[in-house]
Amino acid sequence: MTPSGETPSADAGNEPLLCAERISRAYGERTVLRDVSLELERNQVLAVLGPNGAGKSTLFRILLLVEAPDAGRVLLDGRQVSTGHAEARRRIAGVFQRPWLFRGTALANVAYGLRARGMSRREAESVCAPVLDALGLTELADMPADALSGGEAQRVALARALVLRPEVLLLDEPTANLDVTAQRRFREDLEHLVRAHARAAIVVTHDAAEAFALADRVAVLENGAITQAGAPAELVGAPATSFIAAFTGAELLLDGLVEAVEGEDLLAVRVSAGALLRGRLAEGHEQPVVGARVHVAYRPEDVTLGPADREASTSAVNRIPVVVSSVVPTGGLVRVRLDGAAPLAALLTRGSADALGLTRGVPATAYLKAAALRVFPA
Amino acid sequence: MDVFLESLREAGRLLVSGDGYVWQILLLSLRVSGAGVLLGLLIGLPIGIAVGLLRFPGRGLVISLIHTGFALPPVVVGLFVYMVFSRSGPAGHLELLFTPAAMIIAQALLAAPYVAGISMAAVQAVPPDVRLQARGLGASPARALRTHLAEARLGIFAAVVAGFGAVISEVGAVMMVGGNIAGETRVMTTAIVLETRRGNFATALAFGLVLLFLAFVVNALLTRAQQARTRAGVHRPFA
Repeated sequence: MTPSGETPSADAGNEPLLCAERISRAYGERTVLRDVSLELERNQVLAVLGPNGAGKSTLFRILLLVEAPDAGRVLLDGRQVSTGHAEARRRIAGVFQRPWLFRGTALANVAYGLRARGMSRREAESVCAPVLDALGLTELADMPADALSGGEAQRVALARALVLRPEVLLLDEPTANLDVTAQRRFREDLEHLVRAHARAAIVVTHDAAEAFALADRVAVLENGAITQAGAPAELVGAPATSFIAAFTGAELLLDGLVEAVEGEDLLAVRVSAGALLRGRLAEGHEQPVVGARVHVAYRPEDVTLGPADREASTSAVNRIPVVVSSVVPTGGLVRVRLDGAAPLAALLTRGSADALGLTRGVPATAYLKAAALRVFPA
Repeated sequence: MDVFLESLREAGRLLVSGDGYVWQILLLSLRVSGAGVLLGLLIGLPIGIAVGLLRFPGRGLVISLIHTGFALPPVVVGLFVYMVFSRSGPAGHLELLFTPAAMIIAQALLAAPYVAGISMAAVQAVPPDVRLQARGLGASPARALRTHLAEARLGIFAAVVAGFGAVISEVGAVMMVGGNIAGETRVMTTAIVLETRRGNFATALAFGLVLLFLAFVVNALLTRAQQARTRAGVHRPFA
């Protein structure tokens, strides 16, 4: 059987479940989304990660089919769908960033979508019961919505979408309104609940930790355009932009100028504090010319430290004399700030920090492999 | 001071005695203003909701016109309705001038801007994301609109209260199009004017007190209905 343009959904197994094709959207003069394409596979959780103002919420509303793009299209099972497509809209459910609860009880809110689908009150209640239970809301079912706390309201808002067992569940900043402890608990629930109740999900978030915790795949949205999409490990291992590098934890960037191009993608960069560092050009970028301004990104866990007076046996090409400026314990690890010709930060185990006798003012040598330094055109 | 005490006593006597004249006027006032507000709701509510929700060219002008309507002098509305229904007017053949029907129409025109303006503000005060969230849970456009309006319910009730307040107390329009005919088109406000002119201050003041009391009772009932709806919304999960 050859697939045709009108493939019935039962045969659409090869198509992505939800697909955005070259979506653009502008409000007046301001372009919010530019040629955004995304694919969501079945049984996948996709995170759209980006800073505030990147266009995430607009993309969320367009994928939820409550707002139309200016250009581009949304495909569900390979078929184009739009805001007027009632059947498609009922296969997708979304939870907005703010838990906009409606007048009535928590239960009435959770049952809202089911009632909108014409389900009887009794039936809707029985469908809601296990979801309320799973979210710890059973006790609150008869509470008026406006008497719920922020966290409770957020859970009601999530339950309201989960009871629909949507094929695509869309979540906009699901934990943004919660305090840190509640966030962690909610995130754990979320991962389990989303996979139990929805066929696939898209989580829109500004929080890299949330994206990596929940998603199989992460698409990064910067200034209205997708700059990289891939598994979390790919993004961390080979960030395509300095922004992604910063977002994914290599928050440490040095500015500098290219001093020499030494090989296929090996660059020597003079950083502004004076050191000459050798690093690899980040994937997907044009080779910069000598003298070009660049950012050099590294991860603090890739910095190793040795005593200042003794050469360590390492293959690392970058050896920078430094002085410890602070030592801050963070959980099981110690974060060490280093001053010198390249101001650096290193993440060490407590044991190795103690062995090196690292305290403020102690001189040391920092080692960094060229492969651990990624150079981005500025 | 005597005249006030005298009036209070008179007011009490008029109400308690079940004086036919007073009760007839009181009931007609309620009927005219009640029907006027209802008709005003039918005109003003759709306009208020549409202007509150939709964006269209000339919307700013429509809003300005609605707000101008707040300052609409009742005598001007009375004049307009008078001209429409006078013998030589476009609707003269209906012979509605000097009937309660003409008074109801005039009061509806007075109430409509209040209803439109206040319900517009109420509808607009609900964040648009509420409707989008309803849509995002699969609600049809009509159901999402209903959900949106339910969130604006307190403001819409306020529109009814304001509309009623505007018409029960006005005298210019009912005087012009009703004519203050005893037993036919005389309402509380026109009766007050008449009794004052006759020098029957006690009776006039008594009518005034009765009017205030009436306004209080109607508003108390409306408020109760409003609050009851809120409570019902809380306890009736699938309203």
